[in-house]
Amino acid sequence: MKISFNINGAPQTVETDGNTPLLWIIRDVLDLKGTKFGCGKAACGACTIHVEGMQVRSCSYPAKLAEGKNITTIEGLSDGDNLHPVQQAWMEEIVPQCGYCQPGFMMATAALLEVNPNPTDEDIDNNIVNVCRCATYYRMRKAIHRAAEIKSANL
Amino acid sequence: MSNSEKTEPKKKKKFSRRKFLLRSSIGLGVVMGATYLSRPIWRRALANFANTAEAPYQGATDDPKIWFEITADNQVTLLSPKIEMGQGTFTGLAQIAADELGVDISQMKVKHAPSASGNLDAFATGGSTSISSLWQPLRELAATMREMLLQEAAKQLGIESNSLSVVNGVVKGGGKSVSYGDIVKNVTEWKIPKTPKLKDVSEFKFIGKPIPRVDLKDKVLGTPIFGMDASMPDMLYGDVVRPSQIDSTFVSADTSAAEKMPGVIKIIKEKDFVGVVAKSITEARNAKKAIKAEWKVNKKWQNSDIEEIIKVGNGTAYTIQKEGKPNFEGEDTITSEYHSPIGAHAQIEPNGAVAHVADGKATIMISTQVVNITRSEIAKRLGFEAEDVNIIPTFMGGGFGRRLHTPNGIQAALMSKAVGKPVKCFFDRKEEFQNDTFRPPTHHVLKAKLNSNGMIESMEHNVSSGAVAFGSPMLPPGAEAIFGADIGAWRGGMINYSKIPNYRAISWKVQLPFATSWWRSLGLLANTFAIESFMDELAIKAGKDPVQFRLDQIGDDERGNRLKKSIEAARDKAGWKDGKLPNGRAMGFACSVDANTPCAHVVEVSVEGKDIKVHKVTCSIDPGVAVNPDQIKAQCEGSIIMGMSASMFEKMEVKDNQLTPTIYGPYQMALMRDAPKEIDVVILENAEQPGAVGEPPLGPIAAAIANAVFRLTGQRLRSMPLEIT
Ligand code: FES
Ligand code: FES
Repeated sequence: MKISFNINGAPQTVETDGNTPLLWIIRDVLDLKGTKFGCGKAACGACTIHVEGMQVRSCSYPAKLAEGKNITTIEGLSDGDNLHPVQQAWMEEIVPQCGYCQPGFMMATAALLEVNPNPTDEDIDNNIVNVCRCATYYRMRKAIHRAAEIKSANL
Repeated sequence: MSNSEKTEPKKKKKFSRRKFLLRSSIGLGVVMGATYLSRPIWRRALANFANTAEAPYQGATDDPKIWFEITADNQVTLLSPKIEMGQGTFTGLAQIAADELGVDISQMKVKHAPSASGNLDAFATGGSTSISSLWQPLRELAATMREMLLQEAAKQLGIESNSLSVVNGVVKGGGKSVSYGDIVKNVTEWKIPKTPKLKDVSEFKFIGKPIPRVDLKDKVLGTPIFGMDASMPDMLYGDVVRPSQIDSTFVSADTSAAEKMPGVIKIIKEKDFVGVVAKSITEARNAKKAIKAEWKVNKKWQNSDIEEIIKVGNGTAYTIQKEGKPNFEGEDTITSEYHSPIGAHAQIEPNGAVAHVADGKATIMISTQVVNITRSEIAKRLGFEAEDVNIIPTFMGGGFGRRLHTPNGIQAALMSKAVGKPVKCFFDRKEEFQNDTFRPPTHHVLKAKLNSNGMIESMEHNVSSGAVAFGSPMLPPGAEAIFGADIGAWRGGMINYSKIPNYRAISWKVQLPFATSWWRSLGLLANTFAIESFMDELAIKAGKDPVQFRLDQIGDDERGNRLKKSIEAARDKAGWKDGKLPNGRAMGFACSVDANTPCAHVVEVSVEGKDIKVHKVTCSIDPGVAVNPDQIKAQCEGSIIMGMSASMFEKMEVKDNQLTPTIYGPYQMALMRDAPKEIDVVILENAEQPGAVGEPPLGPIAAAIANAVFRLTGQRLRSMPLEIT
């Protein structure tokens, strides 16, 4: 089937089996490789994207549901050369180690800050539930607080 | 730069490049050169590696090696034989090279050396050896290159080279200047001078500074740098039927249904696997599900079988350490047993590869910790010369020992050969969990006797473990016969308290019915859990402060003194008094020495119901020269939380011949909510060289937590994962 959606601000139409996970359309058809495969079972968060601003685990999101939606991936998080506050904070705190999980975490954090501009530690614990095997959680927490500061200062 | 560009190097010759064909002057072959060494030395060389010293850099034999490329824009690219898997090696190497080369850190780029460059590491990226093993050779190489550039500049400027100076890759003298980028434009042949004098510590501009990671921006932007992101033009997708049962052998497969599935290009039947190549990953996966594979299952294993195999006393014993005459007669002998479970690597990027085999040549893009071994295994299976296989290593989405085994490279290559096009093939998550090369389970029996002053008179540590080093492809065939005990399994298993008059450590080797191998820090975590928990038990028995009890029994040699300083640093920074805290919390202490790096942790823990909460970890580490203090802190933070994860949550079990669980969640791991809110790292530099960093801080964490839990609850937890009953 043909599926049309907006991704990172640009319209796209793809021809695919509607049950194909959106992750593979993003990675292999649209060649946006920042969205990662970790488990394929909605269990790790490496594939986190935004659909209409909400965080979604794209490995478990059938492509057909994307019809007519606005989708953002890590490649669309920054505004040209202007890094998103979450990315700025990630740079300041030097969060990534291997880096593989990081796009998913940044996307999850960006979505959280939209609904909760100043999350407490508890909010972070309850909402940021992706898996990082390098266990960069300590710096991530600092970066999430820092991102909230940068974002509110920008308003 | 995207990965797909890397496969077409000819197209991107934008700059005039001069490749420096430098030979490393460092001696080769200590680990791999078994035939040249008599047995005891061979044994000692690896024993040193396992317990004390760093492994020397193991350059492979291909010559020449390309280490640096200089481009006209005055940028220097270091081709690293060590792979970046998150440990920060690229950044440390860039700092080291920049200082000796006389360029700014912003002028340094680092990329993985493809095997075709000849710059191969015959050993592996692992064991926390990347910076320590390259510290001397890389400085010599960079200094030599600087000297070569200076001599050329002297010629080109007509000025004596000893009156020239270098700032940011620009050579100046006599009112003239020329950049490295310009110097190399006009040179066709280089003379390699003698290694010049290396810079003094006081001259370092970048070594010792908390420089941000050189790969930071790429990793924040989501740039496609990983093996999973690799692609080649016209690429197809392969998938392989992998066993879900342990101790089973592939027999045959009925592929008739799969052949008719949409998108399928070809079914590939090899002697040891069956695979499918299709147009998309989803079509390959669907077709694979339709293949009916038959496996010969030797026995239906259960977890109780594994527990029985792993018991101390059931395998072959090797004494790895002995002092005095340990004596455990009499009723006052204290005995404790400890256990650790099977652990999965669970790195987030699954294993996979993109291969293109055509016209007698193979190109493989792959996340591998063992470039040289991956290359020779693939070459052997294809019937090619090693030189006809180019391995292009990619950034790894976690290594931790999982990428010492790369059969996926062979499978992708065979599938590509069969269809004549590039093929990408990778594991799904269930297969990762079931076909991992696991951290083996362990069983420990400790014994001790105290004297009338409450000091240890005799002590013994028995560790029984599945294969660690012997499960890996890095040791030459026959190594097991030479060494006896598995040097990986007993890493961290020796007793560090050399003032004890009588002590010994015994390593028991057993055969498990599934693959086990290196897992970040090898045996260190389990061995330190056992020994350091037992030390706490003994201190309490003796009525002594556990920290002082340790300090009093560590020897006064260099190793001992460094360990003592490390213990004192953690104790003082954490404000340790007797481990008790007013706010419903308690402290726990443990320490270890891994690959010559002492490390000590003080943890602050509370217990609510059955939940153990770690609030704060104070960590001291003494890696010697701290090349990048920020990355050392990052490695400590990561090791601590990964170690907590393994200590408190993680466990694989065998049920009806299957390893389970097979997904994150049921395989419980530390998440954000479990991470301590405070991690305070103290870095000591009591050695002249940089030492191991990426694994040592994993050692003491399980014992430190268990010791704190005992202080709070009176329960001595002797099994990982730690569970309050
Ligand atoms: S890949 Fe989607 S949650 Fe793991
Ligand atoms: S940075 Fe490696 S998995 Fe998160």
